[in-house]
Order: sequence, then structure tokens, then C-alpha cells
Amino acid sequence: MEDAAVEEAEVSGAGEFAPALVAAHPLGHSVAVAVGPELRVFDLNGGCAVSLSDDSGGCSHSDAIRAISFSADGALFASAGDDKLVKIWKTDSWRCIQTITSEKRVSAVAISKDGLYVTFADKFGVIWLVTVGEHGEGQVSSDNKPVSIYGHYCSIITSMKFSPDGRFIATADRDFKIRVTSFPKDPVKGAPQIQSFCLGHTEFVSSIAFTSLSGGSSFLLSGGGDSTVRLWDYINGCLLDTYEVKDKVGEQSDETEDSNLAIADLCVTNDDSLVAVAIQSLNGIMLLACDLIAKKLSFLKVITMEKSYIPTSLAYSSSADLLWTVMGASNMPNQAASQLLTRVRIILRFQKELSASADHDPAILEDSEVPHGEKLLLALQGSLDASKQEEVLAAVLAALRVSMHKMLVKKNYSEERREQRKRGRNDKKIKK
Amino acid sequence: MTRTSGANGGGQQGSGKLPRKRFYRARAHSNPLSDSHFPIPISPDDVDLSQHYPRYFPADKGEHGDGDGDAEAPRIRFADVGCGFGGLLVGLSPLFPDKLMIGMELRDKVTEYVKERVLALRASNPGQYDNISVVRTNSMKYIPNYFGKAQLSKMFFLFPDPHFKEKNHRRRVISMHLLDEYAYVMEAGGIIYTITDVEELGIWMRTCLEKHPLFEAVPEEEIKVDPVVKLLSSATEEGQKVARNGGQTFQAIFRRISLQEE
Ligand SMILES: C[S@@+](CC[C@H](N)C(=O)[O-])C[C@H]1O[C@@H](n2cnc3c(N)ncnc32)[C@H](O)[C@@H]1O
Repeated sequence: MEDAAVEEAEVSGAGEFAPALVAAHPLGHSVAVAVGPELRVFDLNGGCAVSLSDDSGGCSHSDAIRAISFSADGALFASAGDDKLVKIWKTDSWRCIQTITSEKRVSAVAISKDGLYVTFADKFGVIWLVTVGEHGEGQVSSDNKPVSIYGHYCSIITSMKFSPDGRFIATADRDFKIRVTSFPKDPVKGAPQIQSFCLGHTEFVSSIAFTSLSGGSSFLLSGGGDSTVRLWDYINGCLLDTYEVKDKVGEQSDETEDSNLAIADLCVTNDDSLVAVAIQSLNGIMLLACDLIAKKLSFLKVITMEKSYIPTSLAYSSSADLLWTVMGASNMPNQAASQLLTRVRIILRFQKELSASADHDPAILEDSEVPHGEKLLLALQGSLDASKQEEVLAAVLAALRVSMHKMLVKKNYSEERREQRKRGRNDKKIKK
Repeated sequence: MTRTSGANGGGQQGSGKLPRKRFYRARAHSNPLSDSHFPIPISPDDVDLSQHYPRYFPADKGEHGDGDGDAEAPRIRFADVGCGFGGLLVGLSPLFPDKLMIGMELRDKVTEYVKERVLALRASNPGQYDNISVVRTNSMKYIPNYFGKAQLSKMFFLFPDPHFKEKNHRRRVISMHLLDEYAYVMEAGGIIYTITDVEELGIWMRTCLEKHPLFEAVPEEEIKVDPVVKLLSSATEEGQKVARNGGQTFQAIFRRISLQEE
């Protein structure tokens, strides 16, 4: 029993470093940044920070937000995290229409393509489903309890996405697995059959993304702790290509061998030709060309940013053709709430410039050039003070390294401990 | 990652002596939630069958891949999950000499015992027992790493650990969520066999299987003539223990069905 307690705490991720997240409205109406319990939304049409309101009768986020997501049409937004809350927001008014309390901490969230369901994953790897419903003002429906639809046995889900045709839900975990599950028309009743497993990563999977539908099919991209980006035929669970980021980052950065090149996040542009990749020790982003005809990933370039800037999350906005990047974190040692600062950097004309010519560098916007300028930065970053920012980013950087390192060595570490425990047991036996 | 090691992975190969169980005493129960510290194949393609079934995969073949009219390479077709000391595999082997079978066992010492047992049987019965082997693994986490979609025609769950406490029910090796995975690795028409001497667990396993849309009960008449069914209560060490003590058993035998897609 003691064993179990230890291991469950280990798997829970409680108090673990929580990276800042960014999500862009699919039609470019707004952008959201989450850091710690704070959800910061900026209205890009109105040019002002959004003040969130809550009709759901539920609590506000009180602990690190671990996942945020817009629905495909942008009408809904979901946020969830360590406080076990899943909140569903209407983006026209940015009011919360539903707050679901999970039994366990939540690590991933997604909204079905039709906007009818929200799925979320708890710390035991169980995937839950709730029906999105506005039950009038403050009215809580009692029969709309989350139902568990499937599970990755005891593994933390790191990323959850719906396929562009809405027929599948893909979940990636810390045990190197990606599972693709059919999402029935009536998922409350239907049986979620497993379509495939995409197996190939040799470390945790950190992020997955679908390409859009073209000619009736789409593909899946994934990045992981093994420093690879992989392209999958997810219908058949076939690995099509693997790109190792090692060589190219080595060239570009002055970091030495022990630098950790785990993939932190990735996103795909809407014509699927480009994959933007955030890498643990890369100040900037790496761009891969994605050729879906030849089914190949190839290196395009590294866009270098200021030295201390290592994005923790990426979001592509197709309508405005810009890439949002954010760096920040919560749950760091000795972090005060007032330090929930993030840094936001935007790359403009992202796809256009790059498809025109690979020699062209897309524009990384200076703070003065950012749309809505200081207003936006103040709203999303929490501060404009550059020196304060520097300090925070340095702390984030350090914490990021420790956290990734821990995730990568976790297995060996617990092996050692297990051996010790075993020895302890045998010792006891011998004494008797 | 590293490869799995098969039944011929060193040791007293060919000594022909059956290993003695008392040298392989181990903890009675294992915690399936704990992290694994044994090599796990990254995907089913990485399972090294030649290590497990050397007679089916001679070392000098395959590498060249000149495919001189060879029939398709055999695949593992039966899995005995939580195989314990391997009695079922030993019983099944002569019944299905052309089917590859694997036992999956979490306990290290027990797995070693089964390896030695298989090697000893092969040595003293040339030409037999070449179709059975064992892996040390946590079946609750890694089934998809060993078997592809629709690969298995039979899965066995004999006398699994009961995990009585409500809060430990999720450690049970049959559950709605794990059945999703078993359904994935089983072919349509494949059969899942479960048996226990713990009534509560028997009801639990049957209820899960009944509720799961991808399984249906095998009719009594079929169960009666299935030669495998006899082995469920007689072939394994646990089964024999229960029989010796005159204990009751509860079995649930279900077929993997396919759903019509609308
Ligand atoms: C009570 S014994 C039954 C063994 C055998 N089937 C028999 O009938 O004699 C249950 C076995 O399942 C094994 N086991 C438990 N959880 C397991 C898991 N997650 N993966 C593989 N084996 C497991 C245990 O180590 C134990 O040997």
C-alpha cells in the first residue's frame, strides 16, 4: 500500500512546473494566455483586454491551468487544470457557461468538432466527456455529470486533439503512446473503438497536432522528449517520417551536449506546409517543411529570438497569418503570485514569407510593432517592465530545465529507489 | 529502447532439468500501477520473435529477406495475461502446435521460472514446446506495445489478483477501459477466457464483458465442446490449488464481435 501511495503521488504531477500556454481564436477574434490560475484574454477586434464573467455558479481557477483550447469554429473555449476544474466559455461574451468539477487534476482538454462535447483527461489517464449545454442562468443540470469514455492506464495525458473530420480523438501520454480512438456520433452511449496506436516515440510525447483535411485524409504530427518530430498515418498507426532536431539545433545554438532538446510544443500552419516547433533549449523556434505528398519532414530554418526566450507554447492564427509564442510558468520554487509574468512574441506573415522563399525571415515583431501595442502586451504578459521580465524569464528557463530533466530521468530514478526498497525488504527477511 | 529477451535468453539452456519452483519464490502480489523497469518494445514490430520462438525464426533466415516463397511469418496468436508459473501455456502448446503463444507476467522471478520451464521442456521433448514463451511486462500498461490490431485469436485471464478494496478496483486486469484495448488486439471472432475462484471478481469480470459492446457471451453448447475450457480450471498452478481445496470457480467466456459501422 505504501508503494501505491508513493507512486500515485509521483504520477499526479502535483505542484509540478506548469508552463504558460497560448491559444489563438481560429478566426482571429481573440487570443488567450494562461499562466498559473490566470486566464488572460485579449479581444483583437475590439483592441482591449477582456474581463471574464462567470454565470456557471462554479469557482474560478485557483491553481495552475494545464490546458486551454478553442473550439473549431471559435465559439467556445475550454480551460482546465490542477484545481480539478474544467470551465467552458462562450467567446462572444467571454462568459463561463459551465464549470465541471473533476475528481482528479486535469491535464488536457478538447472540444469536439461539432462543439457539442468537451473532453478532458484526469491525472490517472482517464478521459471524460461532458455535454456542452447552457442551462440558463446559473442553473446546474444534475444529469450532466462527466462520463468516462476511455483511459490510458495510469499515464498522464499530455495532449488531446480531435481529428479535422471530428471522427477521431487522439490522446498522447507520458508513456510514449499516442492513441487514436473513434469518436462515435453519440459518444455518451457509443463505444469508443480504438482505431490505432501510434508507437515510435522513445520518451514522453509532449504535443500532437492534426493536419487539415485534404483529399479526404489528414495526418498527425507529434513531438516528444526524444527530440523528434514524427509524422503519422494515424488511421493505420503507421509512422511515416521522423525528424531528429538534434543536428540542426546543435548548429544554431551554443549550448553543449547536455542541453535538453525535448520538444515542448508544436503547431501546424493551416495549409499544412509548415510545422513550428518549440524546443527546450532553443531560443526561438524551429520550422520544418511538411510535405504530405512525399510524406516527409525536412528542416527549413531556425528563427532565433533573444537569448533567454524559449517559448513554452505556440499557436498559429491562420486568419492573420501570425504565430503566437509565449514563455512563462507557474509552480516554480519561491514564485510569488505577482510574478506570474509571461513574455509574448509574435511572428508576422508567417506562412506567406516562408512559402515565398526560405531565405526570407518572417518578421518577429518588436514590442512597439505588436498589434494593439502595449495594451495587448500588458494584458497578456502582466507587465511591460523589461528588467522584471528578464528576471522572470531566467527563472522560468531554469525551472524548465529542471522539470524536463526530471521527466526524462524519472524512470531511472524510480528504478534506483525500487532497488533500494527491494533491498530493504530482503534485509528485513534476513534479520528475522 | 531495448529488446525483449525471449525464453532462450541464456541460463541453463538445454540442461533439460525442470526448474524447481521453490527457487523462484516471489512476492505474492505485484502492484500493476508502478513504473516498469524492464525493457518494453517500442511497438509490436520491435518484439523479437526469433528470441522467443527460435525454431520458427531460424537465425540465418529473415535477415536476408529473400522471401523464397515463404508463407507469411507467423505471429503471436494467443496471450496468457498474468500467466504465473505457465501451466496454461504448457497445456495449450500440444493442443495448438502451429500457434505461437506468449505468457505475460509482471513478477520477475516468476517470469524467469517460466523461461527455464519452457527451455527444459524443449530440451527433453525435442520438436515440442517451441511455440510457447513468456515476457516480463505490465500487461495493464503495455498490451499495445506487444500486439497489433486484430492480432490475437485468444486471450486468457486465469485467476487474476482480486483487488478486493473498492479503491483498488481499477487495478483489476479486466475493466471497461482495458477491455477496449483487448478488443483492439483481438480479431473479430477471437475468444477471451476468464476464470476465478473469487465470486465477487467473477461477477465483476462477467459484468464488464456483458456491458462492453465489442464482446458477447459464447453460447453454452460451444463452451462445452471447446477443448480449451477444460484447461482453465485444471492447467494452471492456481487452478490446481483451487481444485485441491475443492473451491468453486466462476468463468466468463466471451467472443470479440465487430460492430456494424453506420
Ligand atoms: C493469482 S496469479 C494467477 C497465475 C496464473 N494465471 C494461474 O492461474 O496460476 C496472478 C498473476 O498475475 C500476475 N500479474 C498481476 N498483475 C499483472 C500485470 N499488470 N501484468 C502482468 N502480470 C500481472 C501476478 O504476478 C500473478 O503471477
